[in-house]
Amino acid sequence: MTARRGGAVLIVLCGLLTLLAPALAPNPPSMQFDDRSYAPPMRVHLWHDGHWRGPFVYPQMLRDRMMREFGEDRATPAALRWFVNGHMVSIDPSHGPLLLAGGDALGRDVWSRLLHGARRSLGVVLVGVVGALAIGIAIGGLAGTVGGRIDDWLMLAADFVIVLPGAYLVLVLRSLLPIVLEPAEIFAWMAVVFAFAAWPHVARGVRAIVAAERAREYAEAARAAGAGRLRLMSQLVPAARGFLLVELVLLVPALLVAEVTVSFLGLGFPEQAASWGTMLQDAAQVTVLSRAPWVLAPAFAVFVVTLALHLAAGARLERSTLSLFNSR
Amino acid sequence: MLRRLAAAVLFVIVVSIAALILGRMAPADTGAFGGGRSAVTIAEERAAAGLDRPLLIQLRDWVVGLAYLDLGKSSVYKQPVRTLVLQRAGATAELGAVALLLATLIGVPCGILTGARPRGALARLVSPVSIALIACPPIVGALGLLLLAISTGWLSTAPGSLALPALALALPLAAMLERLQSQATTEAIASPDLTAAAARGVSPFRLVWVHAARQSLRPVLGVYGIVIGSLFSGSLAVETIASWPGLGRLMIDALMARDLFLVAGCALTGAMFIAAGNFLADVLRALVDPRVRLA
Repeated sequence: MTARRGGAVLIVLCGLLTLLAPALAPNPPSMQFDDRSYAPPMRVHLWHDGHWRGPFVYPQMLRDRMMREFGEDRATPAALRWFVNGHMVSIDPSHGPLLLAGGDALGRDVWSRLLHGARRSLGVVLVGVVGALAIGIAIGGLAGTVGGRIDDWLMLAADFVIVLPGAYLVLVLRSLLPIVLEPAEIFAWMAVVFAFAAWPHVARGVRAIVAAERAREYAEAARAAGAGRLRLMSQLVPAARGFLLVELVLLVPALLVAEVTVSFLGLGFPEQAASWGTMLQDAAQVTVLSRAPWVLAPAFAVFVVTLALHLAAGARLERSTLSLFNSR
Repeated sequence: MLRRLAAAVLFVIVVSIAALILGRMAPADTGAFGGGRSAVTIAEERAAAGLDRPLLIQLRDWVVGLAYLDLGKSSVYKQPVRTLVLQRAGATAELGAVALLLATLIGVPCGILTGARPRGALARLVSPVSIALIACPPIVGALGLLLLAISTGWLSTAPGSLALPALALALPLAAMLERLQSQATTEAIASPDLTAAAARGVSPFRLVWVHAARQSLRPVLGVYGIVIGSLFSGSLAVETIASWPGLGRLMIDALMARDLFLVAGCALTGAMFIAAGNFLADVLRALVDPRVRLA
C-alpha cells in the first residue's frame, strides 16, 4: 500500500514539474552559455567559511579550455534568489548561469532542458495515449457489441497493426515523411502514429470484455427494453474500466520509450527542440559519457516516470497481464 | 498464424506503395543527393535504379518480386535488399535469442522461488529489484550499462561485444518474467489440486518445482508472443548504442538515406520474425498443455 501511495506521489510530482516547467527552469532551454560546454552540475552549499549563509552556489569558471576543467570561484558565493523575474530559483546573472544539472555539448542548461523537454515528451505521449484509448474503446466496443462479420473485420484490422514490432511500425510510418520537420509537425505526427500503433491492443482487450458482458442478464434486459446498438455499447463499455486503467499504465511508459527512441535516433524532434530523446543523442558516445555522465538525466527521468506508474499500479498489473494474454 | 503473416505482408505492401508514391512527390529519392555530379550522371543512376520508370510499373515489379521473396534493390548499397536484410537479420536474431534465454534463465527460477514464499526473505529482496528493472526499458538500460562499463570496466564497450546489448535487453524482461512467474506460482500453489497433492504427502520441493511449475508454465508462456515483439522494438535503440550490426540499425540507416525498399524489406523481415516467434510460443504452449490446440 505504501508503495502504491509512493508511486502516486511521484506521478503528481512529475506532473507538477512538467506543468510548471517555465517557472521552475532557471534558464531558457535553448540558451547557449559561453564556456559551459559539458560543465559539471553546480553544488548547492549552505555554509561559507564555516558560517551559515543559506542556500548558495559558488560561480563556475573554466580553468582549462583544452582539458575542459572547471572550478569553483570560492571567493564570491552567489546566493540563490527565489521568485525573481518569474523564475522560482536563479542567481544574479553577473555570476554566470545557474547549472543545477550541468551543461550539455553546446553549453545549455541540462536541468532547464529536462523540464522543458518533459512538456514535449510527456505531452506527445499523453495525446497519443488518449487517442489510442479513444480509438480502441470505439472499435473494440463496437466489435464486441455487434459481433459477427463486423467483429471479424475489425479484429483483422487490429491484427494487421499488431503484427509489426512497435518500433519498426513507427519507423516505417516515419519513412513516409521528409526527414526534416518543424517541432509542431513532429508533435502532431508522433501523436497520430502513437495512437495508431497502440489502439489495437486497447481494442482487443475492450472487445473481449464487452463480448463477455453481452451475454449477461443486464445486457439482455437492455436489449429487451429496446436499446439500440449504440446505447447497448454505452452500457457494456464501462465494464472495461479496470482494464483501461491498466492499459493506461502500460501505454504511457511504452510510448514514452518510443518518443525517446525515435528522437534519440534523430528521426523525432529536431535537435534544438528539447525533448528527452533529443537530449540523449550524444549520451551514447563513450567519450561524452565518461566526461559528462549528467547528460543521462533524461534516461533517469524515463526511469522515474516508469517506476512511478508501476508502483502505483501494483500487483494488479501482473494479474491482468497474465489473464489478458492468455484469454486470446 | 497464417492470418498474422498475411496481415504483415499486406501491411508492408500498403506501406511500400504509400512510401513509393510519397517518395515520388518529395524530391528525395537517391537522385536528389547530387553532390556536384552532372545532371546526366544523376539521370543515368536513376535509370539504373529503375526510378525513371512509371510509378505503377515500379510498384507492379516490386509486388511481383515479393512472390519470389525478392524485395527489390537497395538504392544506397546497390545490392538486392534480400541479401542485405539476411546478413543483418542473423545478428538481430542472435542478440534476441541470447537475451530471451538469459531472461528466462534468470526470471523464471527467481519467480518460482519468490512465488513459493511470497513473504520470505528472498521475495523481499528480489521484488524491489524486479520493479526497478522493469522501469529500465532497453534504451535506458543500455545507456546505464554503458556508464557502468566506462566507470568500472566490468563490461566491454567494444563494437560487436554481445554482453552489453544482451544484458540491456534481458534485464527488464527477466524482471517482468520474474513478477509474472511469481504471481502464477502463488496462484498455482493456492489451487485445490495442489492442496490435495500436499495432503497425499508430496514433498514441498516437488510440489513447487514440479506440480506448481507445470501449472504456472502455461500462463507465463502465453506472454512470450508479446515478449518477442518487445525484444525487436527494444533492439532498435540497443543496436545503435552498442554498435551491434543488426536489422534495426540497417533500417535506421536506410530511413536516413531515403532507401524506401530497404525500409520496407527490414519491416517485413521483422514481422516475419515476430510471426515465427509467436508460432514457436504456441507450439510450446501446446506441448505443456494438451488443452491448447494449434489453430
